[in-house]
Formats: sequence, C-alpha cells, structure tokens
Amino acid sequence: MNDKKFPLPAARIEPPLAPGVPSTTGFDFLTTKLDWFVQWSHKNSLWPMPFGTACCAIEFMSSVSSHYDLARFGAEVVRFSPRQADLMIVSGTITDKQAPILRKIYDQMPEPKWVISMGVCACTGGFYRAYHVVQGIDEIVPVDVYVAGCPPTPENLIYGIIELQKRIQSGDLARHREAKTYVPIRVGTDPVESLPAYSKGVMAHGRSSESGFAAMEGPVEAAKAGKGETR
Amino acid sequence: MSATLAPSAGVTFAPVLERAFPDGAVRVEPRPAHDVPTLVATAEAFPAAARFLRDDPSTSFDLLLDLVAVDRSRLDGPPSCRGEERFQLNALLYSTKRNEHLRLRVALPATDPRLPTLVETWPASNWFEREAWDLMGIRFDGHPNLARLLTHNGFVGHALRKDYEAGQRWLCTDEDVLQTRLAAKTDLPEDVFETTTLNFGPSHPATHGTLRIVVRLDGERVVAAESECGYLHRCFEKMSETHTYTQVIPYTDRLNYCSPMINGAGYARAVEQMLGIEIPPRARAVRVVLSEFSRIMDHMVCIGANLVDVGGLTTFWYSYQAREEIYSLLEACCGARLTSSYARIGGLSMDVPANFVEWCRSLSRSVRDRIDEVDTLLTKNRILHKRMMGTGVVTKEQAIAWGFTGPCLRASGVGYDVRKDKPYDGYDEVDFDVPVATAGDNFSRFHVRMEEMRQSLRIIEQVVSRLPGGPVVSDDYRVVLPPKEMVYNEMEGLIFHFKNVFEGIQVPAGEVYSFTEGANGELGYSIVSDGSGRPYRVKVRPPCFPLFAAFEKIVVGGLVSDAVATLGTLNIIAGELDR
Repeated sequence: MNDKKFPLPAARIEPPLAPGVPSTTGFDFLTTKLDWFVQWSHKNSLWPMPFGTACCAIEFMSSVSSHYDLARFGAEVVRFSPRQADLMIVSGTITDKQAPILRKIYDQMPEPKWVISMGVCACTGGFYRAYHVVQGIDEIVPVDVYVAGCPPTPENLIYGIIELQKRIQSGDLARHREAKTYVPIRVGTDPVESLPAYSKGVMAHGRSSESGFAAMEGPVEAAKAGKGETR
Repeated sequence: MSATLAPSAGVTFAPVLERAFPDGAVRVEPRPAHDVPTLVATAEAFPAAARFLRDDPSTSFDLLLDLVAVDRSRLDGPPSCRGEERFQLNALLYSTKRNEHLRLRVALPATDPRLPTLVETWPASNWFEREAWDLMGIRFDGHPNLARLLTHNGFVGHALRKDYEAGQRWLCTDEDVLQTRLAAKTDLPEDVFETTTLNFGPSHPATHGTLRIVVRLDGERVVAAESECGYLHRCFEKMSETHTYTQVIPYTDRLNYCSPMINGAGYARAVEQMLGIEIPPRARAVRVVLSEFSRIMDHMVCIGANLVDVGGLTTFWYSYQAREEIYSLLEACCGARLTSSYARIGGLSMDVPANFVEWCRSLSRSVRDRIDEVDTLLTKNRILHKRMMGTGVVTKEQAIAWGFTGPCLRASGVGYDVRKDKPYDGYDEVDFDVPVATAGDNFSRFHVRMEEMRQSLRIIEQVVSRLPGGPVVSDDYRVVLPPKEMVYNEMEGLIFHFKNVFEGIQVPAGEVYSFTEGANGELGYSIVSDGSGRPYRVKVRPPCFPLFAAFEKIVVGGLVSDAVATLGTLNIIAGELDR
C-alpha cells in the first residue's frame, strides 16, 4: 500500500505488545494494520439504507440525485433492504407507531452498522413536542452522527457522512460491535401505571429514567469503557 | 375586521329543504359570506338529511370532502358547550353537478357521543369516521371497522379532545404494530385454494414513506387488501392549537412536503378570510407563481418516483433536475429550499429578488425542456403503456363516491379543479385549461399530471408577464409585523410589534372552511377561532386521505405489481395523509 497516499497513524505502527511478552512472528503488527485497513474500506464503501419517513427523505433524494451525487463520497449503493446495508440514515419524524419498526429494521442490519439521524425530528423530535412523536431516535437505537436542519440541506447531510467516515476511520465507533444487547423498546410512559388518570403520567418531553433511553445507556457506556480490552 | 352575517348565504334550495323536513329538524344557519353555507341537523335527522342532500336533484351533494369534529368545551359559549352540545361533527360536502360546497352540522353530547355511520351514504366517510373516533372519541354505530386509524393500538384516550395534554405519549410495543388483521380475516371468497399474505411497508421503497399495505395473494392476484396509515401522525392539529396563527405556518409546510408553498398559501388564505383582509396584488401573484412551480415539483417527483417503482430509474434523474432548478428559485426568494415558510398572514415574508421575472421566464423554459424530456421517455413508451393502461381503474362514480379530488378525480372524467370552478388569487384572470381524462386508469393519472405541468407553466408565464409592483405584505399592522424602522422609531410600531409577537394575531371568533387546489386535490382548512391569538381547532382536508382510503378497494383483482404502480399514480404523501 502506498504510505504517502494512505498515511498510517504512527501509534498504530508500534508493536502493541508489552515488554516481556514474547513476540515471535510480528503477527501483532499485522493485526493492527489490518484493522486500520478494514476501517478504511468500511468508510469508503458505505451502503446506506434510507429509513425515509418525511420531508427529510425528499432532501435525501436530492442528495443522491445528479446535482449533489452522494456517489462521490463512496456512499453510492442505496439499499432498501436492511440486510444489505451498513448505514441507516433515519430521515424524517419517527412516531411512536413507527418506533418498533425502526428498531426491528435496525436489528436486521448486519454488523458493523452505523446510524445517521438526519434532521431535527429524528434527533430530538423537532418542533413536534406531541403525543405521538418520538423525542429523538436515540430513545430506540444508538446514533453515531446527528445532522441538524429542518430539513438539512444536501450539503449538510454530505458533511454528516464525511464526519461519519472520519469517525469510522478513527475507530471510535467500533463500540457497535461490542454493544450487542439492548433492552426492548420502551417508548413513552407505561399505560398500566398511569391508566386511571392518564394526564398525570410522565410527560414525554424530558427523558424520564423509566424510558428506554436511560436503560439503553448501560451497555453503550460499558462498551465504551471496555473498548480497550476487547479489541 | 368583522364580516356581516348572510341569513341563508348560498342556500338556494332552502324551500326544498323546508318541504322535506317540515318539523325544522334541518335548518339553515346564518354564516358570514366568506364561509361555506351551513345546515344544522338534529342527531335523529342527521342520516336522513345526509341521504336527502346526496339524492335530491336540487341538492345532489355527491362528494364527501371531510368530516370535522370539534370539541367545544373550552369555547367561551353557553353552558351547553360543556354538556349536551360539547361535540360538533361537520360533514363538508361538494356537489360535482352544481359546483357548490355545503357544511352539514350536528351537535353531540359530552357523554357517549354517537351517530349512525354515513358509510352507506358516502363510502368516503369510512376513514374519516375512524379518524373522528380515534382523535375525538365519537362513535359511529354500524361502522364496518371502527378501529383506531392514526394513533397506535396502545394509545389511551382521544388526543384532540381539549382535556388531553398535547405531550402525553403511550407505550407502543411490537404487538401493537406488527399484527396483521388480514391474516385472520375469514370473509374471503370460497374458491381461494391457497393464498399468501404479503406485507408492504411501513418501510418499503414502493410506499414512498410510511404507508402500510397488507395484501392477500392468490398467485400474483390480489384477492383482498388492507391499508393502514398513521405511521407519520405527528399531531399537526394538536400542535396548531398550542401555537399562534403565525407559528402554524411552518407546520403547514410539512404536510405535503413535496409542494410546501401551496400548503402555506392555502393556510394563510384561510386565516385572511377570517380576518377579512385583502393581500396586495404582488403577494397574490407571487403566491400563484410559486404555487404553480410547486405543483410542477410535486408532479415531477410523483412521476419520477412512480417510474422508479415500475422499473424506470432514468426518469427520476431527469425529473429531479427540474426540482433542483425550482429549489434554487425558492431559495432565492425565501432562503429555504424545501420547507419554504414563505407565506405570511397578510402576504409574504419578504419581497422576491430583483431578477424574479427574468428568472421565472428562464426557469419556465428550462422546466419545459425537462418536461419534454420526461414526455419523450414515457408518454409513447410501450412498456409503460403495458404497465399503466387498464390497471388501477377507478370509474367516475367510484371516484366521486370515494371522495377523490384533484388529478385523480380528473383522470376519472370529472373536471373539478378549484382554480377553475371556485377561482381564488386571480386564477380567473389567467387563461389555462383543466386536463381531463376518462379512462380512470394509471396511465390517465400519469397523463393528466404531465399535461397539468404544462398548464402550470402557461399560468406562470401569464402571471409573470404582468407581475404587479408594490408591497408584498398588507399594511394592516394588527396582522402584519411593522417594518423595523417603524418599530425602532415610533411608539405605535413598537406596540404593534409587541402585540403581534406576544399575543399573536387576534382572529375574530368564528369558523371558516377555506379550500385551494393542492397538488393532489382540494386542500381544505377548517379553522375555528375563539377570538384569541391561537387557533381553537384546525382541521386539514388532506387530498391524499380519501385516495389512500380507497386504495385497498382499487387493487383487488389486479396483480400485485399493478398495486405498486397504482400506489405511485395516486401519489400518497404521508405527511399530508397522517398529518
């Protein structure tokens, strides 16, 4: 490989073995480099699956059309089947009714996989602080890059994809491979507890500790902390 | 700003009505001239009145546009608002024979509001009734399937009632969503030997968003279908009630997100009617020009995406190029590509760029080239003919009964176009034709859209050639923000600014049904005001809603691949369908 064109990070070239550990083959050096190479290939061959629900999907269509041409950034092969994709672009508002489907489709994607939350509705619920709208998809799935805008311009989405590529290359996002177990979807408040007088139930505006988001943080945090050991 | 009441505005058939209902069970309600005429029926006489209005030749209201349920319990009215007359159900009707609108109203009590179903009279009311049950809790006796429509099955309560908190959400689990009712359905034909159930959506490329269709297949033939919506129900109507009139405009952009300008202009027009203000001619002309460009955008994405579904990806790139060019114009006018939020109550948010006229002319030329390219690719394409002709047929009678409007109605042989039949914003001053097809199949719908784009260009060229000068926003500062120089230099300007921002536009108490021609058909806004700065109730008449409700009937008997083509030509936009 041409080192000038693809400079390897200096830290990665160092043999990672501690002194005293017998190094007989130089195999460890090769492993690190392979990791970097795999990340480099991941980054340049993203297969996006548009989970398009609303207005942002129209701007996603603009991004892949001739004028902006997302293909220039190695994210060309748009797949509508989650089983053939590794990048889910959630473009549009996710409602409570849609939430289990989003999670199901995320689960169907093979590892490694990444999620871009496109637009403020997907990021936070946007200006729909309402009875049927998920207040940010990170209640349900882990998100790697949040793209702001209502809807984001294609330039903004492309910037988000470039940011994701940088993070894939740096290896920051390898946590997905470790974080395999998430709790089942819990959206909003529990009807059983608050059925007698539903108006006093927990408002969904703030993420209460009972919601799925807080419960989901566990494994993600654990994965972050344990990243060094598992690699 | 207050309009005078006309005692029997527009109701030419009042004498017939008195003969048919001599006991006064149906009476004419005085309305301001800008609103549609209204009849009020008692709950007992309501079904008979509905049938009479549909069947009598002097009325013949054959098309049900919308059912609007209103919870009046927070209105500053008589105590009956909280008791015997808490709910109001308004059926909005249109007569294709006589080109007239009408509202038929009935009052319902606070406890157990129920009515006999209207499905027999107008089949279109099926989904409207489900919506009224879901969001307002009005029961319809004898309805074939009175299940929740927009919210999920785990939902508790009725969200548009005034005592429901806007942010109250409920747990939705896999079981609430992913069950197929069709799999358990037993009333299928006897000779079905072996059938499979196939699920489309709600995340499927052919559904262009978030629709769900479950079909029962015998081989490739559809023997039964069931469609479901609500996957993009983001509570537009509840959100409108919690925002000021001006703050609602960005929400309207996100209804039909393929042509946002039309939605915003339609909403602003409805509020302007309630306020009784006229907008400057320049604002009117710019609204028309950009609405027609938006219509082209909408039709372009409809045709392009439809062709992607039936296997012709190339068209999409050509049609999308036209959109990009129109986006540039919109961006120059208001700063946003897609969700423009350009209309304001009283005009527009800002003036168009100096080279607007030349830009529109050159854009219209280049868009015409794009249309011609798409035309060359498709209109005489034999593969397309094979796919589209004779599939997804909707007869004229069916289209009226199912409540179709817009290109889909015109493709079935009814030439109703709001721009022509109830002209607004100066459409009566321009020369254009309304394309009508008679076959009612997918190809007719495609063809009507192709021709409509050319007519839109005709309108644009005429309006642009005599674009008036002057301001783009009214100078009535009770409605419009005063200019900054006035705010900073005059006490009065500061006061107007403050009151507009903090209290919102004070719309006089009353009600209106205002309608414009959206890209998919009649786009109506029913607004109820209680005299405060926020709308008391906003109900959109989404043109897609009856189209998608009828989808499960259209596809039965055809092949499953035709169902995909049909879904594309109906052009269902989820944002508008689910609101």
